Amino acid sequence: MSSPRGGDKERGRDGERQIHVLAVDDSPVDRAVIAKLLRSSKYRVTAVDSVKKALELLGTEPNVNMIITDYSMPEMTGYELLKRVKESPTLREIPVVIMSSENDPDKINRCLEEGAEDFLLKPVRPSDVSRLCGRMRS
Amino acid sequence: MELHKLRRVYIEFASIVFRDGFLDNQYTLLQQLQDESEPKFVLQVGTLFLEDSEKLLNELRSILDQQDVDFEKLDAFVCKLTGSSASIGAKRVKDVCMAFHDCCKKGNKEGCLKCLQQLAAEYRLVKRKLETLFKMETQILAAGGSVPLLSQ
Repeated sequence: MSSPRGGDKERGRDGERQIHVLAVDDSPVDRAVIAKLLRSSKYRVTAVDSVKKALELLGTEPNVNMIITDYSMPEMTGYELLKRVKESPTLREIPVVIMSSENDPDKINRCLEEGAEDFLLKPVRPSDVSRLCGRMRS
Repeated sequence: MELHKLRRVYIEFASIVFRDGFLDNQYTLLQQLQDESEPKFVLQVGTLFLEDSEKLLNELRSILDQQDVDFEKLDAFVCKLTGSSASIGAKRVKDVCMAFHDCCKKGNKEGCLKCLQQLAAEYRLVKRKLETLFKMETQILAAGGSVPLLSQ
């Protein structure tokens, strides 16, 4: 993980509570790029390489404003993470964004129907991140 | 070599790399993201890409060496390489990955083998280009200059 967990709310330099995004991707390259894109937009980022680690974090760190996850991962997919989040009374309000390198309409529809906030095709760009700004959980 | 010359050689080399489609504007985006908090971001991500790609290529070879090819597993690794090559801007590698993905979906072993061969060749080419770019970028920074932003 690339950012410390903590019970206290993290604050930016001006004292405002920083938006905390959980990024999930088993590709080290994609994880580094999405984390950097998000940090450049002044978000606090925790990046993990599996759904298992994401769920562990979500169990202990309540202050996650958005989850952005790759779709295709071994063991548990981003779609399965989405379902778990939306089925959980404590987590269901967290917006979940899915990323994929594959432009598969069936996959996209399935995720949106399951409650995904958005579906982004890789490579993720700054304009994609800007678009997500207004949809973070407050 | 003095800074002005270093920058000129870098731009000339990079222009050819972009012209020949080895890299696209995603690489420029990564350069734009680089800042004081992560001054070697492009080098770090590029190095990650090269290391990760070697592993993925080995996985692909290993799966295709089997008598009964697990096309689903193969496609999963192809998708990983598609994503990471797109994220670094390695366009030609990404394009071969997309053809490879189609062959996986059709269960076409011969097609997959050809794609793997092409992929390995494109990877070797982009690896050399990236390593040269990284070396030049390091030299420019060491000479006190800033790395020119590239574009297609």
